[in-house]
Amino acid sequence: MWELFILYSSYTLLLLGSFLSLTFGLGLLRFPDFYSRTHAAGVADTLCAALIIFGLSLQSGFNLVTIKLFLILIFLWFTSPTSSFTLASTAYRSGYGIKNNSSKRAE
Amino acid sequence: MSSFFDLYNYWIFIFLMMTGFYIVIAQGNLVKKIIGLNIFQTSVFLLYISMGKVSGGTAPILIEADVSYSNPLPHVLILTAIVVGVATTAVAMALIVRIQKAYGTIEEQEIHEQDASL
Amino acid sequence: MEQAIDIILLGFLVVVAIAVVKQRDLFASVILFGIYSLLSAAIFVSLDAVDVAFTEAAVGAGISSILILSTLALTSRNEKPSSHSVFLPLMVVLVTGATLVFGTLDMPAFADPEAPVHKHVAPRYIQDSYQEVGMPNIVTSVLASYRGYDTMGEVVVIFTAGVAVLLLLSSVRHKEDELSNLTDLKHHPILLNVAQILIPIILLFALYVQFHGDYGPGGGFQAGVIFAAGFILYAMIIGIDEIRKTFTPKYLHWLSVTGVVLYIGVGIVTLLLGGEFLNYNVLAEEKLTGQHWGIFLVELGVGITVTATMLSLFLSFSEVRRTP
Repeated sequence: MWELFILYSSYTLLLLGSFLSLTFGLGLLRFPDFYSRTHAAGVADTLCAALIIFGLSLQSGFNLVTIKLFLILIFLWFTSPTSSFTLASTAYRSGYGIKNNSSKRAE
Repeated sequence: MSSFFDLYNYWIFIFLMMTGFYIVIAQGNLVKKIIGLNIFQTSVFLLYISMGKVSGGTAPILIEADVSYSNPLPHVLILTAIVVGVATTAVAMALIVRIQKAYGTIEEQEIHEQDASL
Repeated sequence: MEQAIDIILLGFLVVVAIAVVKQRDLFASVILFGIYSLLSAAIFVSLDAVDVAFTEAAVGAGISSILILSTLALTSRNEKPSSHSVFLPLMVVLVTGATLVFGTLDMPAFADPEAPVHKHVAPRYIQDSYQEVGMPNIVTSVLASYRGYDTMGEVVVIFTAGVAVLLLLSSVRHKEDELSNLTDLKHHPILLNVAQILIPIILLFALYVQFHGDYGPGGGFQAGVIFAAGFILYAMIIGIDEIRKTFTPKYLHWLSVTGVVLYIGVGIVTLLLGGEFLNYNVLAEEKLTGQHWGIFLVELGVGITVTATMLSLFLSFSEVRRTP
């Protein structure tokens, strides 16, 4: 009974993470300018990775693999938002997409 | 002779190899050619490693259970090949930097024109 | 199920390769090439080649992309469309591809356990390596002990590449006192703090990979590349002149030579102790202890040379003068 509950909650978490990843892909293609695309990437980096890794760690139980998965998650949480921030900050400082102030695809 | 379903993996790797080869011979920019060469190299590694896989096997690290292991020999050869590939890319990039300083351009057509007009 | 994952990853690879052909922007081509490397690392994992996946992810998506990006910073970013027709290259590519496909028709089926490639040397490696070398990772034991000559040649190749790049780029570099004019990223507080937290962890992980290569995926090459990646991150954020205070050119040159000399030195010591060149059995009283010592020392040599050479490559590229 308990194992079934763990299994189904892990499936739910994995499905939610995949749905977030799908919306990230959709946003990458359809958002009009650079900064909204960077926002979509930020969502995928943080919540989608966390949901998928939580789902995987529920399936693997209490052993070394779970600890390694959580270490990977912490490392991802450090590096991915930093890189999206650096991209957006550098683009802002060089005036990318701000000067023309339009909502068309900033080239 | 094996059927399509046994061999389609090799054919996809050959398609990737030919894409890299096409970039090397058709595009004029020198940096693009080196990127194509790297794509070619990586596809060759994929082909080589896929020949060593054993179905139902696991990675060649000995464990207590009684399983069959994939062939470790292609892994060793490809490890060497990957690092030699990056060494070749580094020397090629240094040559491209010197060509840029000497000719002012890295397009193959313009370099040939400058050489022909000497 | 595994086949579905394979097919999806291969489909991604094909799309990325075709996108690289069609791109005009070189910066985008380099990033696509990094994606290609990472996808092929994922395929390597599904083909049971974990050591190779480790190396491909670190080298292909890491060092190769950085070197090509450093070159792009010194040359132009866009490529001009080629003027000659694409008919002849397309014909050559199609003929070569058709010949290769014709050559694969005689090959055994994919993942066939009875294929001839698994019949000769590989069973001996798999069955006897634990008694003869004594470590669980068969790839490390083959790389460092059974095929030690090839790895020695590879270390010399890496060293030679470092020397060649130094020869090519040393006449166009900045002078020593101009290095502080190169830009750095110290003014970004977020980048600075995250780097200060992460760089020691990266270096510690590289040490773990170096010495744990006997029991899991890892070894000298991967550890050397991860070390170099940590130092390159430091150089990009804190500045080239700061890292040159520690890693002066002379120190880096001596460091890369040390790795090669360590490797060949182990071989000469085994010669002097009575065995053949690079026969680790004579290094200690017990055969297995001798093998452990031999593999430890040669992997250390490989790691030192790869670290020093990769770092020296990156620093050579970043010190090139922008003005002609």
